[in-house]
Amino acid sequence: MNETPHQAECGRENEAGMTSAADRPQGGFTDSSAGNDAGHGQQPATSARESATPALAAVNISKMLGSRLILDSVSISIGRGELKVIIGPSGAGKSTFLQSINCLIPPDTGQIFLEGRELNMHDKHDLRMFRQQVGMIFQDFNLFDHLSAVDNVSVALRKVRGMSRKDAHKRAMSELDRVGLANRAKLYPAELSGGQKQRVAFARALAMDPKVLLLDEPTSALDPELVGEVLEVIRYLAKGGMTMLMATHQMDFARALANEIIFMEQGKVIESGSPAELLAPGSNTRTMDFCSRLDLEL
Amino acid sequence: MQEVLSTLYTSLPYILGGCIVTVGSVTLALALGLVLGVPMAVAQVYGNKLVRFLVGVYVWFFRGTPILVLLFLLYFGIFWPLFQLSAFISSCIVLGLTSAAYQSQIFRGAIQSMPSGQLKASRALGMTDCSGISFIILPQAMRLALPGWSNEFSILLKDSALIYLLGASDIMARIHQMADSTQMHFTFSLLAGVLYFMITIVGLRLLRRFERKIYIPGYQHS
Repeated sequence: MNETPHQAECGRENEAGMTSAADRPQGGFTDSSAGNDAGHGQQPATSARESATPALAAVNISKMLGSRLILDSVSISIGRGELKVIIGPSGAGKSTFLQSINCLIPPDTGQIFLEGRELNMHDKHDLRMFRQQVGMIFQDFNLFDHLSAVDNVSVALRKVRGMSRKDAHKRAMSELDRVGLANRAKLYPAELSGGQKQRVAFARALAMDPKVLLLDEPTSALDPELVGEVLEVIRYLAKGGMTMLMATHQMDFARALANEIIFMEQGKVIESGSPAELLAPGSNTRTMDFCSRLDLEL
Repeated sequence: MQEVLSTLYTSLPYILGGCIVTVGSVTLALALGLVLGVPMAVAQVYGNKLVRFLVGVYVWFFRGTPILVLLFLLYFGIFWPLFQLSAFISSCIVLGLTSAAYQSQIFRGAIQSMPSGQLKASRALGMTDCSGISFIILPQAMRLALPGWSNEFSILLKDSALIYLLGASDIMARIHQMADSTQMHFTFSLLAGVLYFMITIVGLRLLRRFERKIYIPGYQHS
């Protein structure tokens, strides 16, 4: 690993969980230059982001499953308000990596930092506090099938935050409204389309006021015509300054919105950089190669 | 014929009293089985090795021992020097403990058929596993388990016919008594069959209605 300059940075920051803003080649897209998503990666290198501590950092995450090394010391750090996109062939470990960040799949080794504070993975309370602040969107939605849309959103508010039924309901309704589903609040998951289910899942995650959102291929299980409505929500969140780490195959979307693209293969980060760097016409990157193969398959 | 009918008619109140005893003991036993069976199912799925082993031994013991043997053991044996349990209480306990073993397996199957993403999603929201199991997994698993549970009710109801051997005054005890005193064994056996049949039908109807009441629109697992 550590083949790219970016990887080297991640390795360096680990002692204090800190990284300097200058290390990041770009940033500030999501809040300072909102509305620029047609810019195809040509974001201004404003980088006025002074917060030295990354919102989320994962350092040297490794995971064995049986005798197979699924993750081979993967490191990543995301500044506040950044959207980073992980791409790579299936089986690359993208999903495992995202789920190991909040220990849904506990990593064998490695450290996780949220705003500079290290997560103690073996402390259940610490882990729960961490998970409340790091939202997760799943590929297959994982809505609670026995609860209506609004109860899906409010259940964690009540059981985790201890909010009253009334307050939780109110908050849930406003979150559903944000994703345009207030009029579907009483429907059960089985009565919603895939795109609507995923939007409810967003409302559910957002209701917890997460500092970071992890998105595990949020559009992969959707019919093509439903992908747009979900990407719209992500675009809206990115413009609002939500910090996000997303595995996806939506290359056009990544090109337009990502601060950084991270290419993974066989459990390793192969290369990473801005869309402009990795997807420049004629550039001979693995990412480019992968994308051209994607295009052929489509 | 006239005589048979009038005998049946005069003995009916007495025998219907037995229905109350039968239904009461089965209801209490089912409740005890539910209260013990659900935690055992949860323990068997999510518990550590020791807990899983202990539940396994429990299930193995109660599935492998005839109810009649257990009834005699409890009623005549175990607590004998200390105190004497009534026939009714002993019956409820034995039927309940046995039913718990079967019910735990019904619920275990239902819990294991839940997609793993459900608990994952609850964890991802910061819920404790305890909340996730109580508020996310069990409400769904119990719905899935209800048809199997209804079956357990109908089996337990008929198993309860054994408790008359302890002297509990259930349907069978009273049927037996009337049959002996009137020497109309066939007629009263027929009556017993009809009564058990009717209680089963009514019980299953009620459970079916409950199933519809807690039905969730479009709810199904692929």
